Amino acid sequence: MSLNYDQAIEKYEPTLGLEVHVELNTKSKMFCGCATEFGAEPNTQTCPVCLGLPGALPVVNKTAIESSILIGLALNCSIAPFSRFARKNYFYPDMPKNFQTSQYDEPICINGFLDVEIESDEGNKVFRIEIERVHMEEDTGKSLHVGGSTGRIHGAEYSLLDYNRAGIPLVEIVTKIVPNTGKYAPQVARAYVAALRDILRGLKVSDVKMEQGSLRCDVNLSLAPSGSGELGTRSETKNVNSLRSVETAVSGEIVRQANRLQSGEKIVQETRHFLEESGETRPGRSKEKAEDYRYFPEPDLVPVVPDNKWIDELRKTLPEKPADRRKRLQSEWSVPEKEMTAMVNAELLDTVEETVKLGADPTKARSWWLGEISRIANERDVVATELISVTAVAQIINLINQGELTDKLARQVVDGVIAGEGTPAEVISKRGLKVVSDDGALMKAIEDAIAAQPDTAERVRGGNIPAAGALIGAVMKATGGQADAAKVRELLLKHLGQ
Amino acid sequence: MSIRNSAAEMAEALAKKEISAVELANQHYAQIEAVDKDVHAFLHLDKAGALAQAESIDKKRAAGEKLSPLAGVPLALKDVLVQKGVPTTCGSKMLEGWRPPYDATVVAKLKDAGIVILGKTNMDEFAMGSSTENSAYGPTHNPWDLTRIPGGSGGGSAAALAAFEAPLAIGTDTGGSIRQPAAVTATVGVKPTYGGVSRYGLVAFSSSLDQAGPCARTVLDTAMLHQSIAGFDPKDSTSINHAVPDVVAAAKKKDVKGLKIGIVKQLSGAGYQKGVENKFNDAVAELVKLGAEIVEVSCPNFEYALAAYYLIAPSECSSNLARFDSMRFGIRIGDDGSKGAEEVMNLTRQVGFGREVKRRIILGTYALSSGYYDAYYGSAQKVRTLIKRDFDAAFEKCDVLVSPTAPTTAFKIGEKSEDPLAMYLNDIATIPVNLAGVGGMSLPCGLADEDNLPVGFQIMSPAMKDDRMYLVGGALEAALLSKWGKPILDFAPRLAGSK
Repeated sequence: MSLNYDQAIEKYEPTLGLEVHVELNTKSKMFCGCATEFGAEPNTQTCPVCLGLPGALPVVNKTAIESSILIGLALNCSIAPFSRFARKNYFYPDMPKNFQTSQYDEPICINGFLDVEIESDEGNKVFRIEIERVHMEEDTGKSLHVGGSTGRIHGAEYSLLDYNRAGIPLVEIVTKIVPNTGKYAPQVARAYVAALRDILRGLKVSDVKMEQGSLRCDVNLSLAPSGSGELGTRSETKNVNSLRSVETAVSGEIVRQANRLQSGEKIVQETRHFLEESGETRPGRSKEKAEDYRYFPEPDLVPVVPDNKWIDELRKTLPEKPADRRKRLQSEWSVPEKEMTAMVNAELLDTVEETVKLGADPTKARSWWLGEISRIANERDVVATELISVTAVAQIINLINQGELTDKLARQVVDGVIAGEGTPAEVISKRGLKVVSDDGALMKAIEDAIAAQPDTAERVRGGNIPAAGALIGAVMKATGGQADAAKVRELLLKHLGQ
Repeated sequence: MSIRNSAAEMAEALAKKEISAVELANQHYAQIEAVDKDVHAFLHLDKAGALAQAESIDKKRAAGEKLSPLAGVPLALKDVLVQKGVPTTCGSKMLEGWRPPYDATVVAKLKDAGIVILGKTNMDEFAMGSSTENSAYGPTHNPWDLTRIPGGSGGGSAAALAAFEAPLAIGTDTGGSIRQPAAVTATVGVKPTYGGVSRYGLVAFSSSLDQAGPCARTVLDTAMLHQSIAGFDPKDSTSINHAVPDVVAAAKKKDVKGLKIGIVKQLSGAGYQKGVENKFNDAVAELVKLGAEIVEVSCPNFEYALAAYYLIAPSECSSNLARFDSMRFGIRIGDDGSKGAEEVMNLTRQVGFGREVKRRIILGTYALSSGYYDAYYGSAQKVRTLIKRDFDAAFEKCDVLVSPTAPTTAFKIGEKSEDPLAMYLNDIATIPVNLAGVGGMSLPCGLADEDNLPVGFQIMSPAMKDDRMYLVGGALEAALLSKWGKPILDFAPRLAGSK
């Protein structure tokens, strides 16, 4: 009988380790001046340096170093007074030099921590994740293996190579082992990656788009019998590219490993690939015979020796910490804790804040983003901010506040904007959705109604007030239900001398 | 004006419009045509490119434009520096047919200076060797004796100078590849301070040791070329952001009175040919006559220099040469649709690299392997530090250090090609300079009595004090010239067909 998650976690204690690769958003690559824009035509953002042509030499991108130091500072790390690049040697067609220039035993930042909060059975609980190192490296090119069934290099008919990504600066953030998370391991892992992403976004050093690969996570996980205090053999799951996947990768590995251990099998130290569709992992290469990368200091680069003045200047530019900001916004907006958490969990805090900055009311901004828009986003399995822009939502909310739109009409405007009919103003005009509060327009409708039903009008003039209902109905019909019925009644009666 | 003149004299004749750059280039091409079938200094001639450059210089001169001192003077370029659109092979089959899409910084500077690049010269494959026998395109022959090696790896550049195929040449020196060829061909060659000349576009053998430098037939010509190619390059992180010392003024000064010259005890004795030591001592005596003060210094760690070098250089080369995988440039073997990428890479490297290159890649791969790194690469780096300290201590006592450049005169082609260790020993006197990153010059100091072949005199300067080599070299060259009565190359047998 196989163990489920609850049974697995009862018998075994998980130990986590997380390695997060972040693509920096510098304008140029790590070691050359090539552009880094995502989605350009293959091999158009290359030069002798990032193609590894004979004779070409690397020069370190200063902005990438600055970004790395900022990340280190935000994660409470020490900044190394002396750090170096090394060469990691291995052959692969998408690696132009057949070595990756990366930091190895002398990284730029060491020994930091990040506190993350999760909802536990006993209320919110804080876990401190210790950071071992933050180091810089360059990305490889991209291979596209064509033909064959697996999409991998073995069995492919041929492969296409795009070196646009080769040399894009990456920062790798490696945690120390994270013990004692117990059954919360999946949430802790997710909360850590989410918190890290918030920090990186706040620092504006990366686009942190997991779906585009600008933030990628490897999950290391091992199990040991509960209470044994031992450390088991770990697996390393790669390609975990969404927050939800981080959570499922951890819980999935816990169940898989627990069942192996339960049936007396050994855990193999190996790289596993996360399968986005099934949430399962499949084995990659075994690490039992550790690959020998023959690291040695990169002789083409000089050591990175940041002076304290520079570090202090960078420290001064650090933005507010995400946790502090959350507290501040909660009080500014007078939002209950629960709603704040909801916004954070939905990853819409930034979006709501931006909407508020554009003049929208905080309560309405929150309810529109978390309500109607999130509902549509969930239906379509997309991210809310991809459906509609912050500007559009702010405009709609402001129109509601000005009485130009009712909530009902606003929903139609949102639909129209999402359907690509244009800006809120354009949708309103195309669909004719405006609340008809313009007296002139109403008066015309009223006069038309009176002209169409002269007898009814006469009865009203004669004091039969309830008879006005038929006229009001006609006006409402004529204005497509966009008129304020009370207003119509007031104008009508006045017009008929009542 | 003849091809036997110095580059400085050619430059003067050009400035006076006694000869045009096109005529001068053509004279050299005629000489190449006449003698290079025997010497084989060149791998590729870029006649069209060179003549176009010469013509443009002539036009500028006619228009009265201000030109660089060496504008219009021809030069031979070692085939390890990339030149846009011109085949660059590094003496290897691996790069056969490859035309680089960019210019090395040195090449760009040569072009800017109006220097006319005649073609690319032969070399040991990827600059690994001391005889130019490791070229995939056949050896270069020493103009002094065609059965002998011209030194290496820059044998092509040195032989081109000695055979009057070019008055200037560019070499690169990782363990002596400029200086040892200069020594055995009676020409002048300088390995500048590491970082003094940009390495951008120099196809790397050993990044922490490689250095491009000037080669010529006189100390002044070498200085003028040095001045043209040196200086900070933002594209090379190891380039020194510091003013280039005035080497031309130093070469012209010819005054060594009171200068302290250190003789390195460890760079003589066992393994050094008698005639080499004699000529070296004679040259030291000349310096004494000129008023220099001689000091004997000891550099005890030089003993380990060769061993350290043959760990560091192969280690770096094993990584630097990994990029030759047939994916983006160079030859590709076995791509018939039936083989995987890895197999094609393997086959290409099997066919593309020669024996010495493979030997060093294997040595370096081993030395960097986990479990061996500390014992080999790590220890070698420590030795390197000790050698630097030996230099520091020696330079506290004296202004320059001197030694024979190579322990022997030119040996016969084929004599040592089956014995790599014997071959490696050729660089015993030149390697410490590379390990420490200091400057080194070789200039001719006579012919050995026993074989009548050239002997090289090495001058070593502290880092960024390259002018001191030129100061001593210029003075010694003048003294020897007046002693001999004519330039040393005039003692060489005349090549068949030579102009």
